Amino acid sequence: MSAVPASAAPGAPTLEVRNLRTHFLTRAGVVKAVDDVSFTVRSGKVLGLVGESGSGKSVTGFSILGLVDPPGRIVGGQILFKGQDLATLSEEAMRKLRGNRIAMIFQDPMMTLNPVLRIDTQMIETVLAHARVSREEARQRARDALGQVGIASPDERLRSYPHQFSGGMRQRVAIAIALLHKPDVIVADEPTTALDVTIQGQILAEAQKLCAQTGTALVWITHDLSVVAGLADDIAVMYAGKVVENGPVEQVLDAPLHPYTLGLIGSVPSRNRRGEPLRQIPGMTPSMLNLPAGCAFRARCPRAEARCAEPPPFAEYRPGRFARCIHPHEEAVAA
Amino acid sequence: MTVFLLRRLLQAAGVVLVMSLLVFLGVYAIGDPIEILISPEADQIERERAIKALGLDLPLWQQYLVFLGNALRGDLGRSFVFNEPALRLILDRMPATLELAIGATLAALIIGLPLGLYAGLRPSSPVSKGILAGSILGFSLPTFWVGLMLIMVFAVQLGWLPSTGRGETVTILGMRWSFLTRDGLAHMLMPALNLSLFKISLVIRLTRAGVRETMLMDYVKFARAKGLSPARITFIHVFKNILIPVVTVVGLEFGGTIAFSVVTESVFAWPGMGKLIIDSINVLDRPVMVAYLMIIVLMFITINLLVDITYSLLDPRVRLEGKS
Repeated sequence: MSAVPASAAPGAPTLEVRNLRTHFLTRAGVVKAVDDVSFTVRSGKVLGLVGESGSGKSVTGFSILGLVDPPGRIVGGQILFKGQDLATLSEEAMRKLRGNRIAMIFQDPMMTLNPVLRIDTQMIETVLAHARVSREEARQRARDALGQVGIASPDERLRSYPHQFSGGMRQRVAIAIALLHKPDVIVADEPTTALDVTIQGQILAEAQKLCAQTGTALVWITHDLSVVAGLADDIAVMYAGKVVENGPVEQVLDAPLHPYTLGLIGSVPSRNRRGEPLRQIPGMTPSMLNLPAGCAFRARCPRAEARCAEPPPFAEYRPGRFARCIHPHEEAVAA
Repeated sequence: MTVFLLRRLLQAAGVVLVMSLLVFLGVYAIGDPIEILISPEADQIERERAIKALGLDLPLWQQYLVFLGNALRGDLGRSFVFNEPALRLILDRMPATLELAIGATLAALIIGLPLGLYAGLRPSSPVSKGILAGSILGFSLPTFWVGLMLIMVFAVQLGWLPSTGRGETVTILGMRWSFLTRDGLAHMLMPALNLSLFKISLVIRLTRAGVRETMLMDYVKFARAKGLSPARITFIHVFKNILIPVVTVVGLEFGGTIAFSVVTESVFAWPGMGKLIIDSINVLDRPVMVAYLMIIVLMFITINLLVDITYSLLDPRVRLEGKS
């Protein structure tokens, strides 16, 4: 179906992002929205890509799908999908992968479906974009996908327009569209942020189940650590366009290496610290147009010292645990 | 839908009533037709007789009521000049204006939509900038001047196209149409183009703005994330969304085109309603003026209704309901 060679070795990562750099060449200067981001996702696993607004998480997601709009451009690094570098693919080859082997779910379900087209139109066109099947067969697949994400009476729902759906339902439709071709990778860009908590829970459970069943590798972009804690296998924490910490989710949350990760964890309200004021990270995220040299977090970091003015290396401090800090927290810190 | 239509019809009746009063008063204020219609040599008795025959001796409110009563029976009065029913006079001229206006509107869509689409998709290309500059000309050049230039170039100097009249016509449904004959079409080309110039520019601008706005929407990015071809994204996802404002504006403009084709019809001696009304104003032919204005009011109301219905077909979020 596609030009991509079959998976090289069993257990090899489905998606491997290596030193990705996506910059925006604006009149005001170069915005290094993504600057040296690396992570891997294996089949059936979930990677939580965490960070504050403007840390470059979404741009990373769009880079994977080749959907970065000008003036943005991938200026360096590799995006290896089953061993093939997506950053070097032609637009047409990339189009054949999008929605087919690599799908994406967007943040705001109210905006992702075209308001003037019926749900069936929007689903069937996705099937027909990548598979040579009859319209009837395509409709059948669309109906199955709707059923799969828990939408009742899919036949009737297919004939509806997006405005006849609630936000949660629309996000389910968007997920159903992403699932149509049983993709190898799904990039989900804060898909539950705009939904209320009960719907969020349902969608998360659905996502987890589907990944495990179909072996899809999932990149879940979020700013919500509690979502990642329940869903992800691995976590990559981004700050100012860089991954500052990367590792298995329990280890990272229990014993963060990077002071920024610790700060993030401390900002989440917890029952164990009832009555205490929430720990805030002092200061503001730096302007992406004018990043300080060295560690971008050092102006807000309680452990900053003179050496932090040098760019810290992204080093493996413990097996499978990477951090971009010259003086990581050595032992588990109660958060 | 039925409730919506009923409500709209009632509203329309109200608008027509108010308009009839305004039109009647307005036309009365313009001037006294007696001075123009009755020969200055006529003596007092002949004058009295003529005034009585035209019903101009009654007080204004009675004249209005008589007019209203006749109008309800479909009689909008007889032309003072032609001594024919005003309505028939206008309806005779209507096909000429209608085909001109429809031709102009079609030309605006056929030329304006593709150019606007191109300019919207490639905003920084030199061609797009040329299209945009051209649309500014279309907006700002006066219609009569462009009409004269067209005649100068294509009729006088090149001799390609005829400059006046409707040419050969074919009678269908008791009305004469030019667009069905080669000669008629040749006669129609310049006036239609002249009339559509402003509208082409309008459609270009609307389409370009719509495309640029829509291309930034999340649903277009999502459509790209689904792996759809650029053609499908442009012609289905983007195009259907920009049609909504275009239909609204072009629909409303259509009424204006009919009502204000006066200039083009005068320049090209096109025997339509616009030319009739200008002639009627010159001789203060009150019944024709009143009838013309009433027909224009009815036409605007109908067009607005049609635009609303089309709108609901294009945009599923708009449902025509009885409640406002």
